[in-house]
Amino acid sequence: MPKRSAERTTRWLVSGPPTLFMLLFFLAPSLIMVLASFRYPGTFGGLAPMFGAGRPGEDTGLTLENYRFFLSDFIYVEIFIKSFAVALLSTLICLLMAYPLALLIARSPKGRRDLMVLLVILPFASNFLIRVYALMILLGPQQALATSLNGALALFGLGRVNLLFSSFAVVVGMVYVHLPFMVLPLYTNLEKHDPALLDAAQDLGANGWQRFWRVTFPLSLPGIFSGSALVFIPVLGMFAIPDLLGGTRDILIGNLIKDQFLGTRDWPFGSMLSIMLTVVVLGFAAIAARLSRRDGAREEA
Amino acid sequence: MALLEIRNVVRRFGDFTAVDGVSLEVASGEFFTLLGPSGCGKTTLLRMIAGFDDPDQGDLLLDGKSLRDIPPEQRPIHTVFQSYALFPHLSVVENVAFPLRMAKVAPAEIQRRVQEALASVHLSEKQRHLPHELSGGQKQRVALARGLVNRPRLLLLDEPLGALDAKLREEMQVELINLQKNVGITFVFVTHSQAEALALSHRIAVMNQGKVEQLDEPSRLYGFPRNRFVADFIGKINMLAATVVASGSDHLELDVAGVGRVLGPPQPAMPVGTRGQFAVRPEQVRIGAGSVDSAGPLSNRVKGRILDFLYVGDVTTYLVELENGTRLEALLPNSAPGRAKFFETGDPVELAWSAEVGVFLDA
Repeated sequence: MPKRSAERTTRWLVSGPPTLFMLLFFLAPSLIMVLASFRYPGTFGGLAPMFGAGRPGEDTGLTLENYRFFLSDFIYVEIFIKSFAVALLSTLICLLMAYPLALLIARSPKGRRDLMVLLVILPFASNFLIRVYALMILLGPQQALATSLNGALALFGLGRVNLLFSSFAVVVGMVYVHLPFMVLPLYTNLEKHDPALLDAAQDLGANGWQRFWRVTFPLSLPGIFSGSALVFIPVLGMFAIPDLLGGTRDILIGNLIKDQFLGTRDWPFGSMLSIMLTVVVLGFAAIAARLSRRDGAREEA
Repeated sequence: MALLEIRNVVRRFGDFTAVDGVSLEVASGEFFTLLGPSGCGKTTLLRMIAGFDDPDQGDLLLDGKSLRDIPPEQRPIHTVFQSYALFPHLSVVENVAFPLRMAKVAPAEIQRRVQEALASVHLSEKQRHLPHELSGGQKQRVALARGLVNRPRLLLLDEPLGALDAKLREEMQVELINLQKNVGITFVFVTHSQAEALALSHRIAVMNQGKVEQLDEPSRLYGFPRNRFVADFIGKINMLAATVVASGSDHLELDVAGVGRVLGPPQPAMPVGTRGQFAVRPEQVRIGAGSVDSAGPLSNRVKGRILDFLYVGDVTTYLVELENGTRLEALLPNSAPGRAKFFETGDPVELAWSAEVGVFLDA
C-alpha cells in the first residue's frame, strides 16, 4: 500500500521536528530537574556528584533531604501560601477588569473590534522590564500619585503610605502585565455568543441583569477558566515584578527559586521548589481544564 | 375588539422603508400569517410586535393598549425564533422553565407547567438532554414549549419550520395546527413559503415592499388574488394579456391575446375597455387530445401544441404553446392506473376551462 506508507512518512516528517525539539529541550531538562532535586549541592554551586567521591565536605549520592527541609520549615510553606494568595488576588482583579472590557469589545461593531484588540495587546510591543520600571516611576514616593494620596491622608490625620516597594505595588504590576491574557480568551469566547440568545431571553421576560447572569455569564465560563489559567500560572512563577516593585517582605516562590540558582547556589533545593510549584500548578490546571471542558461541551450546539 | 391592532405602522432604515403604512388586526385565537418574499418587511413587523424595534410612525396596540414604551421583557408576547435560540447551557427542562423563572412562578407550579408543556409537544422523555443532543425537529418543539409555557397573549413564530427537511416540515405543520387549536393562544406566523401559509393559517396578510397587498382567508387568496403580485406569489398561475369587452352581472367577457373571447366569473366593478391580465390556475385548465370531453360546459377553448412537460409523480404539468406563441400551463393528475404520461412533446391538444374560474386583474 504505497499511499498509506507515503501518508505515514509525511506525518513523521511534519510532526518529527517539533516532537524532537520538545523531547530535547523540554522533557530532558525536566527530568534533569527532577533528578537534581534528589541530589546534594556542590560546594561551589551546581550539583555534587551522584556516584563516587566529591570534593572534601560534599555529600554525594541521592537524598530526600531537600523535600524534608522544605516541609520542616514553615517559612517556605508560608511563601507558597502568600504566592498563591497574590496569584489568586491578581487573577480576580484581572477578571473583574477584563470582563467588562472584553464584553465591550465583543459588542462593538465588527469593524472596530480588531482595532480594540490591537490596543489591548499593544503593551506587548514594548519591553516588559521597561514597562515595570515605568510603573516604579509612576508609584515612586515623589510622584503625583503618591504625594496627592498622602496629602489626602494627611487631611484625615493619617500617616504616610508607601506605594512603591509594597504588596500593593506587586499586585498592581501583576495585574498590569497580565491583563491582556485575561481579556483575549474572554473576548474570543464572548464574541462567539449568538445574539439571538439575548433576544430570546429578553423576549421570555429576562431583564438586563438576568440576561447577563443567566445567559452571558454561564456561557462565558470556558473563557473565564482559560483566562484565569493564563494569568494565575505565570503570576505564580513571576520573580521580576516582586523583585522590582515589592519590598523585602514581598518574596514570592519565583524569587525564592531564582535565589537558589543565582544567589545561594543551592541547585537541588531550587529544583525541589520548582517541582513542588509545578505539581501544584498542574493540579490547578487539571481542575480548570476539567471545568472548562464540561462547560465547553455545553457551549457547542 | 381585536387582540392585536397594527395602526398605520411605518419603519424606515435610512432611505429604505421596510414597513410602509401597514394596518391590520389580529383576532383572539387566530392563526394569522404574514407572508411575503424576503425583504418584504414581515420580519421587521414581527420584531416591532415583539418589542425589539419601534415604529417610526403609527402604533401597535394589544388589547386596545399601546405597546409603545413597553420593553420586550414586559410584553405578554413570546417569540419562537428562526434559529430556535435555545439556551445551549440549559437542559430541555431548564429551557422551558426559563420564562416561568423570570416571571417568578412558584417552583412547584413551574414543575407542573413545564411537564404539561413538554407533554403537549411530545418531548417528555428528553427532559435532561442539552439542546445540542436534540434533532432539528426536537429543538423546534422545545422552542415551541418554551414560547407557550407561560401562556402569552400572543405567540410570534419567525419562519420556525425553515430549517427542517420537507417531510418533517409537513409533520410539524400538522402539529402546529393541533397545538394552536388545543392551547387556544393567538399565533402570528411569519413565512416566505406560500404552501406553509395556506396550510396553517386562518388568515394571511401577503406583504410586498413594506405594504400589505392582500389580507384574506387562504382559499380566497388562492382563488381570488387581488393583483398580479398576489396571483403570482401564491401558487402557479397563467397570466394572459386581456381587455374587458363586456362586464355583466353573470359573466365578465374578455378579449384574451391568443385565445379570443373568454368568459370569466363576474367582476361588475370592472369597466369595459380596461386592460389587464386574465389569470387562471394550471389545475383549472383541462387538457385533451383533439378536443376536451367534459361533463359540464366548458365555455373557453383553445388549440395548441405540447411544448414541454414536467412529471413530478402525482401530477404532470404540461406547457402548451398556442398558435400565436402564448404559453399556458395545464395540470393533469396521474390518477389513472399504469399510465403516467398522456402526451408527448409536439402533440396537438386542446385546452379548456369553465367560465366559473379565472380572474381578471387590472393591477
